[in-house]
Amino acid sequence: MSRRDVAIVATAQRPNEVGSTLTSVELILPVINDVIAKVGIERQKIGFWCHGSCDYMSGQPFSFVAAVDAIGAWPPIVESHVEGDGALALYEAWVKIQTGECDVALVFSNGKTTSGPIDRILNLQADPYMVTPLWPGFDSLSALQARACLDAGIMTEADMAEVAARSYRDALNNPIAYAKENVTAEQLLARPYTSAPLRAHDCGVPVDGANAIILAAGDAARSLAERPAWIRGIDHRIDTQRLGARSMTESSSAAIAAAKAGVGNDRIDIAELHAPYTHQEILLRRAMNLGEGTHVNPSGGALVSNPAMAAGLARFAEAAESVFSGSADRVLAHCTSGPMLQQNLVCVMEGE
Amino acid sequence: MSRFFLSLQEGRLEGTKGSDGRVYFPPAEFDPVTGEQLHEWVTLPETGTVVTWSWQSEPQPNQPLEHPFAWALITLDGAAVPMLHAVDAGDMARIRTGSRVKVRWAAERSGGVRDIACFDLLEGAS
Repeated sequence: MSRRDVAIVATAQRPNEVGSTLTSVELILPVINDVIAKVGIERQKIGFWCHGSCDYMSGQPFSFVAAVDAIGAWPPIVESHVEGDGALALYEAWVKIQTGECDVALVFSNGKTTSGPIDRILNLQADPYMVTPLWPGFDSLSALQARACLDAGIMTEADMAEVAARSYRDALNNPIAYAKENVTAEQLLARPYTSAPLRAHDCGVPVDGANAIILAAGDAARSLAERPAWIRGIDHRIDTQRLGARSMTESSSAAIAAAKAGVGNDRIDIAELHAPYTHQEILLRRAMNLGEGTHVNPSGGALVSNPAMAAGLARFAEAAESVFSGSADRVLAHCTSGPMLQQNLVCVMEGE
Repeated sequence: MSRFFLSLQEGRLEGTKGSDGRVYFPPAEFDPVTGEQLHEWVTLPETGTVVTWSWQSEPQPNQPLEHPFAWALITLDGAAVPMLHAVDAGDMARIRTGSRVKVRWAAERSGGVRDIACFDLLEGAS
């Protein structure tokens, strides 16, 4: 069966913030209305709605069901939920369109990351026998990975600080980014360790956020957007959940996903990498063979605003917007999930 | 996995041997290479080596130690892959990649990874 051509035709994102007092429904509703208004489509024409979020963050099973209030369930709709980042929900929606059951899908995600200790909450997703009972936290686990990379000589703490400084500076041009600062790597290196060998700037800033994307197939996409961002390749790979059994110094799942998505077939103008830690951006660039000609995370990326479960879909929104505007022709969007780059989803999009 | 947790409760470290001869601790139930169920168990010593570490300067509730400590991936002597646990190093300056460590058993054991209270540095052995 040949693949249907599918494109992102519109995106909407909330400004990232800390300490939001809104409910999840209140976070989501404006981006849903915004993204629908951008394409001017009737709601009934949206054949599939797919949501990414994490019930652990609200501490309530099936809390995601409440999100249906933000999209409206009458007349009846076809909808689904992914317990994970919205980018994984986008992958489900892409598959749904491939089946031919619908031509237009709306994907959305939200994370009220700052309402609890997210570093500890995400520990509940780790191996329930060997890891969760120790309560290590994602920062500490990522720090183990960073140390292994430093020991292996494939990066230095200065390289990591350079990633953060570039991201903080790029964020100055992004109105919805949370952390932004005109800072140099030298200034960042003078700051103390938080989870040695990581400093605060090495770890993505937890924020509350929400976003939404509309996907459409073929002629429907052409009718909804002037310059759709066509998905040319998309692939999702997972490394073993055994923390000690996978390499700390390379990401084989990211490398495979990038190859399957066709990253190496041509140049990449912009790569929006979901790297919540500085060393992970360097690992991902190496895994995907991204060279000097690729601008990585012009939005500032997940380091400057990391809304858990929405930060991956935000990468898709940022990459697609650069195609809409014509500032890029061939872009890469990436999402990771789980500790230490366990899962990697890679997508290549092009303008026509 | 029940044999593994029961052996921890009894103060023994048991891993499984894979088709390529590699010993997995914590044990692999299924061979990572062939996917076959693994049946050959190996008892490992209480000593091992730190392969990477990070520093928890402000311990959080329920973590293995209440004072600052190191998280580490530790490969037990004779094992092929490391496990995650805490090292009671006292000070960040005392631990490094390659440090030799030894299991400190919990006073009361119930058949889980917390039966290992943490690891201690082997003085002068690193």
